[in-house]
This record gives sequence, structure tokens and C-alpha cells, in this order.
Amino acid sequence: MSSTQTCSGMENKLIAYLDGRAKPAERRAVEEHLAACADCRLRAEDFRALWSVMEDLPVLSPSPAFDAALRTKIAKEPALRGFWQWLPSPRLAFAVTALVVMSVWLSSMPRIAGGRNKMEARIEAKATQVTAEADYRMIRDLPVLENYDVLSKFDALSELSDSPVGVTKVGAGQAQ
Amino acid sequence: MKRVRQDVEAMARTDVQLMLDVKAGDDQSFELLLRRYRTPLVNFLYRMVRDPGVAEELAQEVFLRVYRARKEYAPSAKFTTWMFRIATNLALNSVRDNRHRQMEISMDHSVNPGDDDPPAMQVADGAPTIEQEMVARTRAEMILKAVHALPEKQRAAVLLHKYQELDYDEIARILECSESALKSLLFRAYETLRAELAPLVNSVRA
Repeated sequence: MSSTQTCSGMENKLIAYLDGRAKPAERRAVEEHLAACADCRLRAEDFRALWSVMEDLPVLSPSPAFDAALRTKIAKEPALRGFWQWLPSPRLAFAVTALVVMSVWLSSMPRIAGGRNKMEARIEAKATQVTAEADYRMIRDLPVLENYDVLSKFDALSELSDSPVGVTKVGAGQAQ
Repeated sequence: MKRVRQDVEAMARTDVQLMLDVKAGDDQSFELLLRRYRTPLVNFLYRMVRDPGVAEELAQEVFLRVYRARKEYAPSAKFTTWMFRIATNLALNSVRDNRHRQMEISMDHSVNPGDDDPPAMQVADGAPTIEQEMVARTRAEMILKAVHALPEKQRAAVLLHKYQELDYDEIARILECSESALKSLLFRAYETLRAELAPLVNSVRA
């Protein structure tokens, strides 16, 4: 009789077959294999004998003090008070509360600071704009720049370096 | 008479019904769960850790955790799955801690060959003769030793399958593996036990 199941295929079927929890299809497949395989048949018989041997393990009785010891432990348990049951002491509960309040308060701070910063940024931008306009007016009104076109076409300037020192010299010369 | 009827009715209630009553504040239902499961739990834990004192401590810890978690209890799984999962995790942690301690001790002291034998246990049994008792004790120690020599996960699987007779899906959930993997795990565990306990197995087959 040929079997469609291999011995390795028995690995996750044989135990359920022997304890009577295998599905009908699995049971048929195992029976077919066992009929054809002497090794697995021996293994199945040994497993049944092993389970019988394992029944000899005595049952241990809990000690008479078991229930009393457990009741003592349960009596020491704090009464359930919702979230606070997880906190081991009132001091820690206070510390956690304080921490939460601080966190909420601090988390609201950046929003105020952010508003203030925006306002400051706007004021600063406005001030920068005013300063730039003032600078422009001052430069425009400087006597030395009155003849800017003449100066810009003055050949001697082109020979001067772009260094601030050179410019200062020219400016100083004009002022004189 | 009325008290007896009440007890019978209470015992007929399922674990989930009892646990929901505990959740609602009924401590009597917790007592019933305790009566129902203290012996299976102590035995499961004893066979996991091989120390009766530690097994009792761990069993009390399991019940304590069940009691603590009563307000959050939701019957999404079988009560036994939940309880034995707690028990298995506690037992595995205890075994690992103990192994660590044993390693530390063995660094300092030489261990005698019989030192790892468990202390004598109280057995809930009849009154056999001294000779029968000795034979039974020797067999029990052989079986316990062989079971205890299994890798932790295989040991838990065998104990939950053979002695607690939990369903495959329950054991798989407790050990966090697939049912197929569990069946292979059990097969390998029983193969090891078959070899280790061959003299006892052959005596039964003869």
C-alpha cells in the first residue's frame, strides 16, 4: 500500500491524530501513512505508551496556607481609584500632577512668544525699512554726491582700487 | 440546602461569567476561580520550575495579577488562555532568573551531583506501601527530570497539552506561535521524551 504522506509530513499531524483532535482529512492521511510505515507505527505506539507513563506524575496539592497567603497579598492591594491606582504614593501623584500642569503651561508659552516674535519682527522690518529710506535720503542729499554723474565718469576713479580706503581717500579729497 | 444549591449554581458558571462578576466587584466569584484553578496552576508551575515553594509563590502571583487586572478584563479570549499565559511568562522568567543564579553560584562553589534534585513534595495520594511509594517516586522523578530537561518552550507546550489539555489554538496563543509550529514543537518534545523515558515506555508496551 503506497502512502501519499512522508514521515516528515507526520511531524505536525501525528500528535493531533493520537489525541483525537485531528480533522477527518488529516486523520485519513495519517492512517494511510501508518498502514504503510512501520517506523511511524512504532512511534505512534510509543507516544501512546509515553502519555500513559506521563499519567504517573503525581498531583501536588497546594499548601494549606496557600489561600490565606493570597488573601493577605490581596488585602495589601490598594483600592482601585481609576488612574491613581497605578501610582505608588500620594507624593508621586502630586509630582505627576505638578509635572502635567507645568507641561501644559510651558506648551502654551511658545504660542504667546511666537505672537510676540511676529510682532517684533514686523516692527523690526518696519524700522529697517525706515532706516533704509533715511540712509537713501542722506546719501542722496550728501553734497559730495551732488555731481555723481561727473564723479562716476572721472577717469582717476577708475584707477583707484575698490578698497574702502581708496573710496575714503576720494571722498576725503572731494570734501576738501 | 439553599447554600449548597447556590454553590452548585456558582460552580456551573463559566470562567468568563465568573471573571465578569469579579470585575463587577463580586469577590466570591474570585474565590470560585481560585478554588477551580489553584491546583492546576500550582502543578503546572511546579512542573515548569521543579520547586514547590517557588511554584506556590508564582501561582499566588498569577491570581494577584488576575485580581489586579479585573477592572480591565474583557472576554476577548478564553480565561484559561489568559491565566496560563500569565503563568507561563512568570515561570519562564523564574526559570531564567534561577538559571542565572545557579550559574553565579557554580562560579563560587562546586556542586554535588544530587544537589539539583528538587525537595521532597507532598503528594495528594492514597496510602501506598513504602516500596510502592519509592517506585512511584522514582518514576515521577524520572518523568519530571525528563520534562524539565526539555527546552523551555517545548516544556510549556507539553505541560499545557498533556496535563492541562488546552486546545491547540489556546496553547499557540499562550506561546505566541502558529498552530502548525506548535504541533511540530510538540512532536519534537514527545520524540525527546520517548527516548529519555524509553525504559518506562517499553515497560508499558511489554
